Amino acid sequence: MTALADAAPGDALEPRTATITRADLVRYAGASGDLNPIHWNERVATEVGLPGVIAHGMFTMALAARYVADLAGDPTAVVAFSTRFTRPVVVPDDDTGAAVELGGKVTDVADDGTRTVSVTATHEGKGVLGKAVATVRLA
Amino acid sequence: MPLDASFVGRTWPAENYEVSLEKIREFATAVGAEHPLHHDREAARAAGHPDVVAPTTFPVVFTWPATKRVVDDPALGLDFSRVVHRDQAFELARPLYAGDVVTTVVSVDEVRELAGNDVVTFRCDVTDAEGSAVLTTTATLVGRAGDDA
Repeated sequence: MTALADAAPGDALEPRTATITRADLVRYAGASGDLNPIHWNERVATEVGLPGVIAHGMFTMALAARYVADLAGDPTAVVAFSTRFTRPVVVPDDDTGAAVELGGKVTDVADDGTRTVSVTATHEGKGVLGKAVATVRLA
Repeated sequence: MPLDASFVGRTWPAENYEVSLEKIREFATAVGAEHPLHHDREAARAAGHPDVVAPTTFPVVFTWPATKRVVDDPALGLDFSRVVHRDQAFELARPLYAGDVVTTVVSVDEVRELAGNDVVTFRCDVTDAEGSAVLTTTATLVGRAGDDA
């Protein structure tokens, strides 16, 4: 049984810290095909008014989706996931990277067992994903 | 300049994409998804799947280029250099597998103005080779108003 399978509405799910480094952004850029230089080039990022290189919102979303899939124990259980990108995650040019705190809460368990999970992602205490909701169907 | 509202409801010619084992592995590795269903064909088959399973957000690999073609249409009037990705959603009718040859049809769901910014919602309907629904994505982009707006 997984944490998610046992959870009732209102239950908080085990949080996780994800770390994002510049190397992660380069790898994600290549894998996703999103080569926008604001995600790997400090000069371009600051030229367009950003405080520095920022993570792809889609990368943070992917980490949040993986978090839910891991809690479900089965990546095919996540049948829907939506979010708003509320703040950028600035990723420093160092070996430590930027920490994103992931958390979740079951908000609904339908009669057929489908769970609705509200997901939170924060960086330096502020939300970077908003209204992040996953629909999870456990086999 | 306001966006061309006549784009709402329009669709663009379908694009095909063949999902591969190695691309799924590459993407899964990039997002730290280590579950064997993404990497190990035998494990996926043992679990009742035809092949390895794509991570939840994998479809951006083909839905974003399909959407970008519409974003870049000068007739729409969206200045990509000022575009911010505001919302994204995935809804899966079934898992996406290696070996799937999928077809993506892009449409514009909504065009509106919010506090001087242009807001456009794009939808991608993705079907398999048999024409059955696989997934739908929606992406809302905001074109920030320029200094001269």
